[in-house]
Amino acid sequence: MSDVKLEVTDLQWVYPAIGRREKDVVALKDINLEVRESEFVVIVGPSGCGKSTLINLIGGLERVQEGTIRVDGRDVTDPGVERGMVFQGYSLFPWLSVQKNVEFGLKMRKIPKKEREQTAKEYISLVGLEGFANAFPKQLSGGMKQRVAIARTLANHPKILLMDEPFGALDAQTRVVMQELLAKISREMKSTVLFITHDIDEAILLADRIYVMSRRPGTIREVIQVGLNGVRDHEILVNPEFLKLKQKIMDMLWQESQEAAKDQ
Amino acid sequence: MKKKNRRLSYGCLSFISFCMIIGVWCIASYGGYVNAIFMPSPTAVWNSLTSMAKDGTLMMHCYVSTKRVMVGWLWSAVAALPIGMLMARSPKFSAVIQPVIEFVRYLPVVALVPLTLLYLGIEENQKYVIIFLGTFFQLVLMVCDTVSSIDKNMINAARTLGASKLQVYTEVIFPAALPGLMDDFRLTIGWAWTYLVVAEMVAASAGLGYIILKSQRFLATDVIFAGLIMIGAIGLVTDFLIRILTKFVVPWHERLGDGR
Repeated sequence: MSDVKLEVTDLQWVYPAIGRREKDVVALKDINLEVRESEFVVIVGPSGCGKSTLINLIGGLERVQEGTIRVDGRDVTDPGVERGMVFQGYSLFPWLSVQKNVEFGLKMRKIPKKEREQTAKEYISLVGLEGFANAFPKQLSGGMKQRVAIARTLANHPKILLMDEPFGALDAQTRVVMQELLAKISREMKSTVLFITHDIDEAILLADRIYVMSRRPGTIREVIQVGLNGVRDHEILVNPEFLKLKQKIMDMLWQESQEAAKDQ
Repeated sequence: MKKKNRRLSYGCLSFISFCMIIGVWCIASYGGYVNAIFMPSPTAVWNSLTSMAKDGTLMMHCYVSTKRVMVGWLWSAVAALPIGMLMARSPKFSAVIQPVIEFVRYLPVVALVPLTLLYLGIEENQKYVIIFLGTFFQLVLMVCDTVSSIDKNMINAARTLGASKLQVYTEVIFPAALPGLMDDFRLTIGWAWTYLVVAEMVAASAGLGYIILKSQRFLATDVIFAGLIMIGAIGLVTDFLIRILTKFVVPWHERLGDGR
């Protein structure tokens, strides 16, 4: 198993109680997962199951309490450039042009100006934004902003790409376009991706493998290998194999949300 | 075109409102409704303004006061910026410093004048310190508030893109907070002017606050009015300049709608 990029073992995460009357909330429990080199792994789960907490832990934005997260065999303690993140809220820097946004990570790492300009240009055209290099974020649509965010992260050459519901705020058509773009890019670049969503279509369309999470306390309920012959475009949305998988995951998530309602 | 029209009408209305105030003033004083000792006529105020302008004292007083306000305010801005930022980012630092600031904030600056005189004498530094004391404790809390309200996702993104802790401050937090900070600066400069009179109340020999206080003794209400008008006018101009500056410093900022 030398090709394992990311390995999460026995991860637990507890939100400490804020007031004296509140109780600690166990957000994640016994999480075990791995992402292999060049693999596209998607985590789906009902809302509030701790998916975002999980990806923030992997990104190093939260401190690990119990269990381990390893990337290339090294423990994660802080954010690092080898783990690039893309967030739902775009999180572009509004005072920087598209070009400067994409250059940001390279600039922080003191890459020479010529080189980073060149790299940024490549990634801007990779996401299909040639001609917008000098635009500012406020002039862009949601889909375009997310393209910039993806280019900004990729330009930093991360070893693994962590995406937290990146297309959640986009309209349905734009979302499909973005999914196809991401599928194409990640395949061409042989990227290793961990992607979080609550959208089942999106999960099956993109994933090599899907982890289905349970309700809170979030744990891995099932691992599903997606074998759709590697087809990754909107046409598979009506493929019988696709629909069978969708049915299966929907049942699981439905059950989880029913149980979650009972818990309350 | 529409936008220009709106701006024009805004300017028009502001102008009309000033005209109305002056109009009421004219009626009240020329109509003999008020005692000239308590409210001088516009002519009297105009005359004292022009005579002070002619012998150069008006410019001198304006300069002295503006300098005091600016230096005192700059001290507080320079100190408030890093402290406010740190307070917003570090709960521990905030726990140490916030209660102290909240405490001092409620002390009337006038009550601190005797101490500043004992410590610093009657030199210019004492004036600067009064204005500093008046604005710093407010500004630091405003800076903290502004910095706390910036989008956390931007900070997270920067950290995952390889920004060091210092870079997060200089490359993300500061520019992201700048539109709000410019507003904070604009407001506190206004307050600095209100503390000017406190600073020039004791042991001053020049400045707009000084001439206002001195005139009280001689019942020279026309000079008091002239001084007040000058403070208001300088305030208005400063405010206007900062607004213009804001447009230059943060051209990317949109006040309406989110800036993401």
